[in-house]
Amino acid sequence: MDQKLKDEAARVRIHLSARAAAPSARPVGKASDAAQTKTRDGYRDELAKAVCEVFEIMVGTSLAAATEESPAFVSDCAAIVGIAGSLCGLVGLHTSFECARRMAAKMLGSDEVGAGADVQDALGEVCNMIAGSFKGRIAGLADGCALSVPTVIIGRDFALFSLAHGEHYEVGYTFEGNPFSVTLDFHS
Amino acid sequence: MKPARVLIVDDSSVMRKIVGRSLRQAGLEILDILEASNGTEALSIARENSLDLILSDINMPLMDGLEFVRQLRSIEAAQQVPIIMITTEAGEAHVVQALSLGASGYIRKPFTPEQIKELVIPLLRG
Repeated sequence: MDQKLKDEAARVRIHLSARAAAPSARPVGKASDAAQTKTRDGYRDELAKAVCEVFEIMVGTSLAAATEESPAFVSDCAAIVGIAGSLCGLVGLHTSFECARRMAAKMLGSDEVGAGADVQDALGEVCNMIAGSFKGRIAGLADGCALSVPTVIIGRDFALFSLAHGEHYEVGYTFEGNPFSVTLDFHS
Repeated sequence: MKPARVLIVDDSSVMRKIVGRSLRQAGLEILDILEASNGTEALSIARENSLDLILSDINMPLMDGLEFVRQLRSIEAAQQVPIIMITTEAGEAHVVQALSLGASGYIRKPFTPEQIKELVIPLLRG
C-alpha cells in the first residue's frame, strides 16, 4: 500500500472512531435521538428504551431493571412479533401469566381482567408497540421493515427455534415485582 | 362542538378500549363509540352510520388501515370524515402514504391522551 492510501485509511478510521465515541446530547426516549443509532452496538440500548417507553406511556409504570436478586420466573406466556425487511427477526416478550394479567389490568385501568382474551390481546399489543418503537429508533428500519401482527403463546412446554447463527439480545425488568424479559433475535 | 359519533378500528380489543378511554379523557363529548376489528368491518359501519371521526390502526387482518382509508374515501358520504391513523408503523413512507390516501392525521403508538386531544379537537371543530 502506498503512503497516500495509508494516510487516507488512517484518516477515515479516526473519523469513524470519533463519530462512534461522540456522546449524544439528545434526551433519552425520543424517537429522533434513537434514529441516530447506526450500529448494532446500540441495539440492546434502544430495545431497553423502547420497553421503558411503552410501559411508561401505555401501562403507566416506570420499570425497574431486573437484578440478580429479582425472583426467578417460569415463562408460561409469550408474545412474538416478526420483523421483516432490511432486518429480519423476532421481538419476544416472555413472562408469567400472572404478570401478563397484571399488565392487562393496568392498561385497562381495571382489576376485572379475567384469564382470557384481554390478557393475550394486551400482551400482544405491548410486544407490538415495543417492536414498533424499537424499529423507529434505528436508522433505516422505520421504513425499511414491516411488522407482523402479534402471536401469543400460552403454556410453558414449548421451545422456540429461530434464526440459527443470528444475533440475540435480551433485557430484563420487573413489573410490580414480577419479572419479565424482552428478546430480540435477528439477521440483517 | 356537537357530541361526536366515533368509529375506532383496531384488531386489538384492548387498544380499542384504550383509544375510547383516551377520547373521553380528552374531554370530548361522545355521542357514541362504534368499534371494528378490521377494515372490512369498518367499511360496513361507515356505510350504515353517519360518523364524525374515525381512528384506525394500520396493521390488521382481512383489510389493513391503508386500504380501508382508500376505499372509505370512495364513499361519497364519508369523504369528509376525519381519519386519524394510530399505529406502530411510524416510518415516513407510511405517514406519507396514509396522508396521500386521505388520512387527516397520524399518531404513533405508544400514545398519550394529550396527543389524541391535540389532534382530534381541531378536526372536530372543522
